Amino acid sequence: MWSLSKITDTIQNWLNQTFNPTWALIFEMLIVGVCVISLFAILGLILVLMERKVSAWMQIRLGPNRVGPKGMFQSLADTVKLLVKEGLTPGGADKLLFNLAPFVAMIVAMLLMAPIAFAKDFQMWDLNIGVLYVSAISSVSVIGILMAGWASNNKYSLLGAMRSGAQIVSYELSAGLSALAIVVLTGSLSVSDIIYSQADGWWIFKGHIPAIIAFVTFIIAVTAETNRAPFDLAEAESELTAGFHTEYSGMKFALFFLAEYVNVFIVCAIGATLFLGGWMPFHIGNWQGFNHVMDFIPSSIWFFGKTFFLIFVIMWFRWTFPRLRIDQLLNLEWKYLLPISMINLLLITAMAILKWHF
Amino acid sequence: MFIVKYIKEVWGAVRSLLKGMRMTGYYFTHHKEIITQQYPDNKAILNLPERFKGEVVMPHNENNEHACTGCTACELACPNGTIKVITKFEIMPDGKKKKAIDKLVYHLELCTMCNLCIIACPTDAIKMAQTFEHSVFDRNQLTKILNNPGSKIREGVE
Repeated sequence: MWSLSKITDTIQNWLNQTFNPTWALIFEMLIVGVCVISLFAILGLILVLMERKVSAWMQIRLGPNRVGPKGMFQSLADTVKLLVKEGLTPGGADKLLFNLAPFVAMIVAMLLMAPIAFAKDFQMWDLNIGVLYVSAISSVSVIGILMAGWASNNKYSLLGAMRSGAQIVSYELSAGLSALAIVVLTGSLSVSDIIYSQADGWWIFKGHIPAIIAFVTFIIAVTAETNRAPFDLAEAESELTAGFHTEYSGMKFALFFLAEYVNVFIVCAIGATLFLGGWMPFHIGNWQGFNHVMDFIPSSIWFFGKTFFLIFVIMWFRWTFPRLRIDQLLNLEWKYLLPISMINLLLITAMAILKWHF
Repeated sequence: MFIVKYIKEVWGAVRSLLKGMRMTGYYFTHHKEIITQQYPDNKAILNLPERFKGEVVMPHNENNEHACTGCTACELACPNGTIKVITKFEIMPDGKKKKAIDKLVYHLELCTMCNLCIIACPTDAIKMAQTFEHSVFDRNQLTKILNNPGSKIREGVE
């Protein structure tokens, strides 16, 4: 059967036969880099268009419908517009930090791609602490935002960046605790182990109600972590103009924009991996026939289907809920999500020890 | 008890959020609810809302008669001087002099479509039309005289 892992194996064998191992490794790295960058570009185009269409339909509008058939090339046209725009650096800004910040945001998003399994045996780096790696790297993204806000020499930007700092620091906790719930159930931090542990059913079904609570808190926390509405205080168009990227224009702005969407994709991929089984098809316990039928759908389609479903849910949040105030935001985290996820983690630990899960 | 209140709060919040998501989810799946009108393309089937207000007009009947008595209620009601009523005195057949309008001048460029003149009019002589393609090259063309030349007041309107 056709599969992505076979293609990668063929390429690796061919490279190892043709070149010595060092060069083969360098070429593999180059190929992976090119793949990641093109995936970024495609994701940016697709997600921007998807966001605009989803938002339009949810607000009883039509959305982009002029460029290309049904407006399909709208985001391409936007990209061209952003490319030809001038990337202005304000006079009072810290030149180095100002120009570095979008790349920091982008590189963080790129690093997060490493442990994600896109299909069966199709993963850049299967490190044994995958979940820890993701939560560690994703907290670096706040540095890019703070850098942008500070270097802009603009009060709006600084306010937005500081809010974003408070937000990411607090919501990291409940996102981490919810991810930990699944780590406790699996007994491993490795992404591939977590996926293989869901071969007889996804954790959201196997883990009873505590797993569902963990899933909900995870989704809320990552929505806050990626600075999207209703937690978009860092950008808050109506109060801070655009928050930390007020002063950015042209391609530097586009990099922030792209980093946001790629971050959304990544957190949804992590959520799909932890709770919905990543690329693992929909399996029910020991129903061999049913499981076999489900295996015919390629694993990459399962992965992208689940990820895009979660992305849709996060967009649904964005276009339904009004923005929270900063005190409400911190109340929600420290008074509600954190206690709930702590008690939930305790329950899940008890469940894992007593083997109550399926 | 504190914990009961806490759980009730969380439950209420989740319920109301789900209610909102149900609404937007309904709109997302039901595209017939879309209210956007793709204007120049749908000129033939343009569907304007009932309360849409475009400009003030004075309807005349087939005998070129209107219902305006020249009472200047609309001029007094207008918040920004859009309407000017210029009156004249007509000699009636029985020798009496009667007040009538010479011109009802309407400055479209000043009008905010607030509808106050329509409400103020005691004889329903003016109303709001649903035309909206008002752009012209010369602003003098926006100053309109609402009564037709040679028009008279309708019989029986006091």
